[in-house]
Amino acid sequence: MARIIVVTSGKGGVGKTTTSAAIAMGLAKKGHKTAVIDFDVGLRNLDLIMGCERRVVYDFVNVINGEASLNQALIRDKNCKQLYILPASQTRDKDALSQEGVGKILDALKKDFKYIVCDSPAGIEKGAHLAMYFADDAFVVTNPEVSSVRDSDRMLGILASKSRRAERNEEPIKEYLLLSRYSPDRVKLGEMLSVDDVQEILSLHLLGVIPESKSVLNASNSGIPVILDEKSDAGQAYADIVARYLGEDRPHRFIDDKKGFFGKFFGSK
Amino acid sequence: MSTDPHKTPYAPSVLEFKSSTFSVPVLVLSSDDLVAIEQQLQEKISLAPEFFRNSPLVLDLQELNKKGYDIDFAVLADIVRKSGLLPIGVRGGNVQQNKQALELLIPVYSIHSSGVSADTQKQKTIMPTPEPVTDSASTTLITQPIRSGQRIYSSGDLIILAQVSAGAEIMAEGNIHVYSTLRGRALAGVQGNTEARIFCSDLQAELISIAGNYKISEDLDETVRKKPVQIYLQNQTLIIKDIA
Repeated sequence: MARIIVVTSGKGGVGKTTTSAAIAMGLAKKGHKTAVIDFDVGLRNLDLIMGCERRVVYDFVNVINGEASLNQALIRDKNCKQLYILPASQTRDKDALSQEGVGKILDALKKDFKYIVCDSPAGIEKGAHLAMYFADDAFVVTNPEVSSVRDSDRMLGILASKSRRAERNEEPIKEYLLLSRYSPDRVKLGEMLSVDDVQEILSLHLLGVIPESKSVLNASNSGIPVILDEKSDAGQAYADIVARYLGEDRPHRFIDDKKGFFGKFFGSK
Repeated sequence: MSTDPHKTPYAPSVLEFKSSTFSVPVLVLSSDDLVAIEQQLQEKISLAPEFFRNSPLVLDLQELNKKGYDIDFAVLADIVRKSGLLPIGVRGGNVQQNKQALELLIPVYSIHSSGVSADTQKQKTIMPTPEPVTDSASTTLITQPIRSGQRIYSSGDLIILAQVSAGAEIMAEGNIHVYSTLRGRALAGVQGNTEARIFCSDLQAELISIAGNYKISEDLDETVRKKPVQIYLQNQTLIIKDIA
């Protein structure tokens, strides 16, 4: 049975698109047929991060409006045959999306794909609402600072009350915490919230910590999802996250100081 | 008007008594100097003449009588009327004053719900919703965390087994129990039930309120913060007690 994953946060700039690209690639690399959809209509970014911006012909809105078929709009990834990208429209705005249209596309994708990753726009308005409405799982990307944590909390409330699962009284969306741009040095200095602080406020299952890393920016600029940079800390963090999501038991990394010995792992609560 | 007792017994009901709450200005007097009262009253009214024109008014004589001043109520009522206000009640008056008030057809209220005393000055009051308190039984049980931006209302008691986040609001006509951290706003007895209580195992609330008497986070004492506590109302004052 296909699963729809929404990557969301409430706040902007926390790493949703980076995360969407990385986990979609990670799932595909594990052999699961995966589609990743850019819900940020009007501020199209995912295609850049995925390095397929030059191959965009049709987009999400074209498919919703019936101007193109789903197969015409889906772009197959260069690096992984199991991964497809459905880009957002840059010339439209979020009103071009309708709940019915999105539902139809997701239903069609579910027949063919194992995982469908929805890259949510920031905010809690229509775009973000539609991105999470049909989800089975939610990856809540949070930075270790108070406003991001507060916004994530708000988003969790929306997931719990406004999703299709909530409206139909089905089993609630499974929520996972991804703490991104984490810097143990700054946590030590008291400039950042610690993993424990964030866990205490959100009380959410921690799927992984992604360290603040230059490799993320490099990967974005070159259009290659950071998970493919296997030597980088961020790439490894995302690989761990995908493995944990798929049921592997991997100890948490990158929570402690980098100077700490590599093998010194810290378990989450 | 006809008061004919032989009227047809099938007449439909033309009236009904209902309980209702109004917000009425209260004039608290602290001197028996009628000249000064009249002068200061005029000054106040001139600040907002439209607001005070034909405004109903309750006269509070409690302070006055505490200080041992006596005042001729009839003269006072006259001063108030001349100022364009309509006295609709008196409270805290002595026997003589109450009698005078009734002679002027001005009702006498009990002092029972008199103003906020000095030791509760940090506590503010929201007017309770003007509906009679009903004995509703339905208890709401919630096992999921209440997130920022969510609002929960229970017409009876509210029991929450998970945390209440900052920016969330939980309201109950009865008691509120939070068996986890309370960071949001908790309002118990929202229909005016002053017997309602709030219980939580970790108090970090933004606001707590019982029957409209509230305290904000800033006013919470450090000795109760982050502690398991119960909160109840005693003489219009919120009492926060450690229940560890």
